[in-house]
Amino acid sequence: MDWDIVIGIETHVQLKTKTKQFSGASVKYGSEPNSQACLVSMAYPGVLPVLNKESVNSAIRFGLAIDAEIAEKSVFARKNYFYPDLPKGYQISQFELPIVGKGKLSIDIGNELKEVRILRAHLEEDAGKSTHGLIDGKSGIDLNRAGTPLLEIVTEPDMNSAEEAVFYAKKLHNLVQWIGICDGNMQEGSFRCDVNVSVKKKGSNVLGTRREIKNLNSFRFIKQAVDYEVNWQIEKLEDGGKIEQATILFDPDSGETRSMRSKEEANDYRYFPDPDLLPLIISDEEIKGIKKLMPELPEEMKSRFQKDLGLSIYDSEGITSSRDVTQYFLKLVDLGVSAKLAANWILGNLFSQLKDKDIDILDSPILPEQLSKLINRIEDGTISNNAAKKVFEILWENTGKGVDLIIDELGLKQISDSNEIDGIVDAVLKSNLTMVEEFKSGKDKAFNALVGQVMKVSKGKANPAQVSSILKEKLSK
Amino acid sequence: MLNLSLKELSQALERKKFTSVELTQFFLDRVKKHNPLLNAFITVDENKSLAMAKKSDQLIQSGKKFILTGIPIAQKDIFCADGWKTTCGSKMLENFISPYDSTVIQKFNEIGAVNLGKTNMDEFAMGSSNETSYFGSVKNPWNLDCVPGGSSGGSAAAVAARLAPAATGTDTGGSIRQPASLCGFTGLKPTYGLISRYGMIAFASSLDQAGPMAISAEDCALMLNVMTGHDNKDSTSINRKKENYTNSLDKKIDGLKIGVPKEFFGEGLNPDVQKVIEEALRYYEKLGAEIVNISLPNNHLAIPAYYVIAPAEASSNLSRYDGVRYGYRAKEYDDLMDMYFKTRQEGFGDEVKRRILIGTYVLSAGYFDAYYLKAQKIRRLISNDFKLAYKKCDVIMGPSAPSIAFNSGEKKEDPLEMYMQDIFTISTNLAGLPAISIPVGSVRGLPVGLQLIGNHFEESKILNIAHIYQKNTDWHLHNPKGID
Repeated sequence: MDWDIVIGIETHVQLKTKTKQFSGASVKYGSEPNSQACLVSMAYPGVLPVLNKESVNSAIRFGLAIDAEIAEKSVFARKNYFYPDLPKGYQISQFELPIVGKGKLSIDIGNELKEVRILRAHLEEDAGKSTHGLIDGKSGIDLNRAGTPLLEIVTEPDMNSAEEAVFYAKKLHNLVQWIGICDGNMQEGSFRCDVNVSVKKKGSNVLGTRREIKNLNSFRFIKQAVDYEVNWQIEKLEDGGKIEQATILFDPDSGETRSMRSKEEANDYRYFPDPDLLPLIISDEEIKGIKKLMPELPEEMKSRFQKDLGLSIYDSEGITSSRDVTQYFLKLVDLGVSAKLAANWILGNLFSQLKDKDIDILDSPILPEQLSKLINRIEDGTISNNAAKKVFEILWENTGKGVDLIIDELGLKQISDSNEIDGIVDAVLKSNLTMVEEFKSGKDKAFNALVGQVMKVSKGKANPAQVSSILKEKLSK
Repeated sequence: MLNLSLKELSQALERKKFTSVELTQFFLDRVKKHNPLLNAFITVDENKSLAMAKKSDQLIQSGKKFILTGIPIAQKDIFCADGWKTTCGSKMLENFISPYDSTVIQKFNEIGAVNLGKTNMDEFAMGSSNETSYFGSVKNPWNLDCVPGGSSGGSAAAVAARLAPAATGTDTGGSIRQPASLCGFTGLKPTYGLISRYGMIAFASSLDQAGPMAISAEDCALMLNVMTGHDNKDSTSINRKKENYTNSLDKKIDGLKIGVPKEFFGEGLNPDVQKVIEEALRYYEKLGAEIVNISLPNNHLAIPAYYVIAPAEASSNLSRYDGVRYGYRAKEYDDLMDMYFKTRQEGFGDEVKRRILIGTYVLSAGYFDAYYLKAQKIRRLISNDFKLAYKKCDVIMGPSAPSIAFNSGEKKEDPLEMYMQDIFTISTNLAGLPAISIPVGSVRGLPVGLQLIGNHFEESKILNIAHIYQKNTDWHLHNPKGID
């Protein structure tokens, strides 16, 4: 039987604010346990929450970036449950009236655009952390993270494969960093996805029962977890089983998902409006003010690059995949490199090296200035494309040597002197009479073989374009 | 020192008739003498209080004096005070020493008032007789067999017996006004949001409001001048220009329209109390006011709505007492769940548990709409009743409590009967309005309080109306016999 996969994603985006969602405590990552737990973080008797304005601005920026409605009035609610790392016994979140309403985010699947509908995005606070095993026979609580501002972004079930889910997550990951509201650090938990997966018979209008995979903090895990879960669900259904709604965890070591709690075990969170916080009112003026400060968004930039710089959909997508990549690209273009060549080099050699060595483009050992020089040397005929790749490798080693010095030292300069090439061509023609005969009898392949010989004799340094035209001229005589 | 008003005490301090240390010692001695009988205080710390008094004397010496500088004030044990045990009347916080000052305490500290000690109260302010306190019930100074009212029962007994010149209280459903009525002094619950709730241990956040408890309206005005003001640590604190509440105390009340709601005089009101209240209203007519009959048609829904909203908020507010970070933790337990269960089972009293259960129930899936949302609708109806009423009158008057002080133990086993104690006070909490209770007579030797309800932010007006009455009568100056 054929199955449709249906996926919706809830993402917890940690907002890049200086202080916590409802107190003045710092949110620095990796500090001594409980060193950032103020009285509010520890829920002392009598303390009260005060909303962090910076987080509200972040939420508005996000709403504007996905073309969503910003709620004129949104309400903070208490989500009640007991857990040792939840100091108040409730989490302050938004329930019925979230700050950001319906919006959309386009993802590229191949060369096709697909719109993922965003249902809502709301502000809330993070819980603390329970640690086990650090203290003999006891559990520890670290409340440094308690109260950290989060924006939870919820999609409609609009994705239909693990690949699409990853495309969406990447796109969102780029966007929240692009607009400066999240540091994007997935290892530190700044961007975590809960992925809802269900399957249904192909073409059916009835959605299957979903299971929610909690807390995926890498794109690879999303792919693996969804793939595993989809197979598990299909197998179960094909064996005549039934899917029960459940919250599940993905174990990266085994690559499997396992159930955390079933629907019956689910908490009744007893949501109600938090009486300690007034409804959040946002004026049109406030929104307009923030709109003015918004950067050009990746989507806007993408179409501009296609229209004005003639980039392909693929290239423009790659170049706008992160703000840092775009900056790198624009720098190259600024330095006089043609957009097409700049995109080729970034998405080709540079990306493959960065990926290989797991380095961020910001930390690339090759600066745009060097890369532009290298590309210039190809364009002005000093070196060939192949030679440029060798120079690129040396540059990557970061020896401090400039492009020209490397070319000199490796003797990679092309022969563009037509007299010199003339001589080599004559010699090659003389010693390869059979090939010449073959060419003249109509075998076009022989021409390429002759070019190859010339390049070989010149040790690859002859300018291939010149070789080709001189050869053509001599053979036609 | 015993019977001086706050103003007179202040003048005496200024004229060096006595020092703050002497004044503080005087009241500490009274506490030492009478507290074993009354149980009004949970914590008294002579050294701390006297050290504060010493500092206040220096302020007075150097001429940097505010009106309440050097005057000892009893603080309800719901206000966190840095370095002081702050129990909220509960075993759960029996040994909790606050690491910070509530805004109210901070404001008293800033002007150099002396903290005389922390007063007894119903556990987490849940109660109307001060019988739910883990630290034992408080006795009414007018009759030791009777309750002082609650939840601010310790502050009430302290003021009535002159163990303190004045005290603070909090009022969620009547916890300042009902004890003021039962103990025969003046107690004001301000407009919601006028006094910061920061550091005031939460019972029901949308209803809780701190206020002064003192002999007279004038003393309450002086206290209010210290306690009010916007606080950016409390998001529900109202950003409004600070008033001087003594400015219009003496304003004439000729032509004042007093709205008397018929719903405050029906079933449930003790007939003898009703007579005293009616007499007080007639006295206001003599003073130049005019009585207007009004109606608050939804008042009968106030108690049911309150006992949904307040427990709902309380059930959530009290979740933090889980034995994990501070306060009581059960001695023995098997695992996390067991630790939660035993800690909360052993740490909370019956009334608190009852309200946590009610609150949890009304917020549960499937019941939320029928209880919580409906109660919120009633709350709006009640607010609207007042809005309409104030089109016809300047102030609303009626009894503060349905009866005089009742015997200890009389209503303890009947929560519904106990809840009826707040039948005339709760609607103003639901509407967020200011109201004051002043003594206007007695029945069988026990005081009766008249309640004056103002529109939002009309504290000055109701203090003025109360003050005019007190200028012409002396009910507020009567002292209980037997407390020498």
